[in-house]
Amino acid sequence: MSGPKDFNQICPIPIGQYPQVTLAHGGGGKLMHQLIERMFTPAFSNPLLSARHDGATFSVNGARLAFTTDSYVVSPLFFPGGDIGLLAVNGTVNDLAMCGARPLYLSAGFILEEGLPMETLWSVVKSMRCAADEARVQLVTGDTKVVDKGKGDGIFINTAGVGVIEHDLSISPASVRPGDVVLLSGDLGRHGIAIMAEREGLAFESAIESDCAPLGDLVMRLIDSKIEILCMRDLTRGGLASALVEIAEAAKVQIRIDENSIPVREDVRGACEILGFDPLYLANEGRFVAFIADSDADRALDILRSHPLGEGSCLIGKVTNDSSPAVVMRSRIGAMRIVDMLSGEQLPRIC
Amino acid sequence: MKYIDEYRDAKMAEAYARAIDAAATKPWTLMEVCGGQTHTIVRFGIDELLPDKITLVHGPGCPVCVTPIELIDKAIEIASRPDVIFCSFGDMLRVPGTQKDLFVVKAGGGDVRVVYSPLDCLKIARENSGKQVVFFAVGFETTAPANAMAVYQAHQQGVTNFSILVSHVLVPPAMEAILSSPSNRVQGFLAAGHVCTVMGYTEYEPIAAKYRVPIVVTGFEPLDILMGVLMCVRQLEEGRAEVENQYARSVRREGNRHAQQIISEVFRITPRKWRGIGAIQRSGLGLSEKFANYDAEARFGVADYTAEEPAECISGLIMQGVKKPHECSAFGKRCTPEYPLGAPMVSNEGACAAYYRYRKVQTAVNIERNTATAMEA
Repeated sequence: MSGPKDFNQICPIPIGQYPQVTLAHGGGGKLMHQLIERMFTPAFSNPLLSARHDGATFSVNGARLAFTTDSYVVSPLFFPGGDIGLLAVNGTVNDLAMCGARPLYLSAGFILEEGLPMETLWSVVKSMRCAADEARVQLVTGDTKVVDKGKGDGIFINTAGVGVIEHDLSISPASVRPGDVVLLSGDLGRHGIAIMAEREGLAFESAIESDCAPLGDLVMRLIDSKIEILCMRDLTRGGLASALVEIAEAAKVQIRIDENSIPVREDVRGACEILGFDPLYLANEGRFVAFIADSDADRALDILRSHPLGEGSCLIGKVTNDSSPAVVMRSRIGAMRIVDMLSGEQLPRIC
Repeated sequence: MKYIDEYRDAKMAEAYARAIDAAATKPWTLMEVCGGQTHTIVRFGIDELLPDKITLVHGPGCPVCVTPIELIDKAIEIASRPDVIFCSFGDMLRVPGTQKDLFVVKAGGGDVRVVYSPLDCLKIARENSGKQVVFFAVGFETTAPANAMAVYQAHQQGVTNFSILVSHVLVPPAMEAILSSPSNRVQGFLAAGHVCTVMGYTEYEPIAAKYRVPIVVTGFEPLDILMGVLMCVRQLEEGRAEVENQYARSVRREGNRHAQQIISEVFRITPRKWRGIGAIQRSGLGLSEKFANYDAEARFGVADYTAEEPAECISGLIMQGVKKPHECSAFGKRCTPEYPLGAPMVSNEGACAAYYRYRKVQTAVNIERNTATAMEA
């Protein structure tokens, strides 16, 4: 059997370096991006995929739609501030919101491990229902599979979502221009630390709860107020740093941010200092950055801050017209440094 | 945050940078010994604040970087065994051995776990009595007390399915190796604050006197480092060569006696091979006779392994401050953080990984100098 002529069937990942998939290939850093750029994008090559956005946006009979999917493999299934069900709904809702779409319908695919307590499954399902109600979406189709004991981690969930785009903005990395401002919707790092603390049994003075929340309503308020949004990105795996690097590279712009303007809660900073983590790379589940036209910055901040999920919103930087795409940060002591993407996940340091 | 923000104050940093500029009448080359300090320098852009006449070269104090390749191979061999649970600090997992890294072992079905404390491994050993639990005991004097304590407790509690793969190294012999090298260019040291918290700094006094080199025990926050540089420069300008303590909030001259006691009970001083540098006499720790049966090398029969580092990797020269990472022909081409030839390109604290970013910072800074600062516009 032969494939299409222009389809290169030789595995494009350099052999001898990583002949097997490692966990770092799913960590949201450079190795994952290499996998996407060298294997998935060329294999499935099409203009919608090449836009490198959180979801695909397209028109069907005059209606503009957004379509996205995500899989959830979090361990532990329940953590302070949420659970895998809440994540599975909010994550996909947020990806649609980042496309500027009003989230409408979700699918849910469950991969369950033999022996999973029915009670656990029911808790997750209830949580998904509550999350869907809060985000004003419906779970309209689904699938269930069970795998042998030991071949899953309790529950894996895939959700896909469809939303409708009811405005004329082109929200995409390609729309970002020099002069735009970068707004951040609140403090960083709570989800990442909450999961890590629960998974590794690290105890802090008070439990740090995940920031998991649906962002659709907050984003719709910006859109309804005619704020000129150029691009949005939720700050999940890889955190703020990876999101900004991705956008800088896709838009071929330089993004300058100021470390002093980036809010991180005291307890999260403390955990980061102990573990040797940088909050810029920690995962969030209810935070996003928005690239906004400079003239709309103050109005957008007022709108964000008037919403409970955007109370801590702030301006963290600006897009400049320098030639080399990069994210440059003014550090706390006033020097400039590059913010780079990590290879994989952050690894706790030795000492 | 208390005890953090005070040491990251931008105005103070600028004031220190000015004081260093005023104190230095000629060029000086200083080495920060510890990888944690290298990381701070890069993360906060400290080298940018310093006047051109001060050159910082990065020392051998990154435990990931100096672990020789054959120890990684030994770790990989042990971790690949089906009866083993292999525990390590996270940043050792991506260090390449001759053929692969520990991540690949994990991907192939090996039970490789990231732990935060060696004592966690004891718990794992107690809970998995049918398995052998091995801890990769890497690091300088800083991590030695906790690793020693794990072995000591295993002994006390009669946990027999626990052992450690030891790769402990000591700072003072490495500093002497650098100073006695004919190609040495280091004129003053910022010694590693955490190491001295454990060991104190009496060991450094004969080194300062013998080689006529100032040594300033220095912390890890930006202002610590700037203050350490200033103290070092003042000594050089005044012709002094003493051991001074910048990190007095943590370090006492005699160090932590309790920690030293457990180290000397569980470990003994041995020769060690350093990645890229080679064997240095009395530069490491191995298990003492009393605790020798906790030695994973003997238990799994890997003691005789040898391996050569990739010829292209010049990490030894870099960690002695002789060459800068960008002077390596593989730098940024065949050696990147994603596909490293040597450990210094892997670790957060590695000089090559730091320079890989720094190189790009320089581009950005040049742009900064040529254009108006948009952030302030």
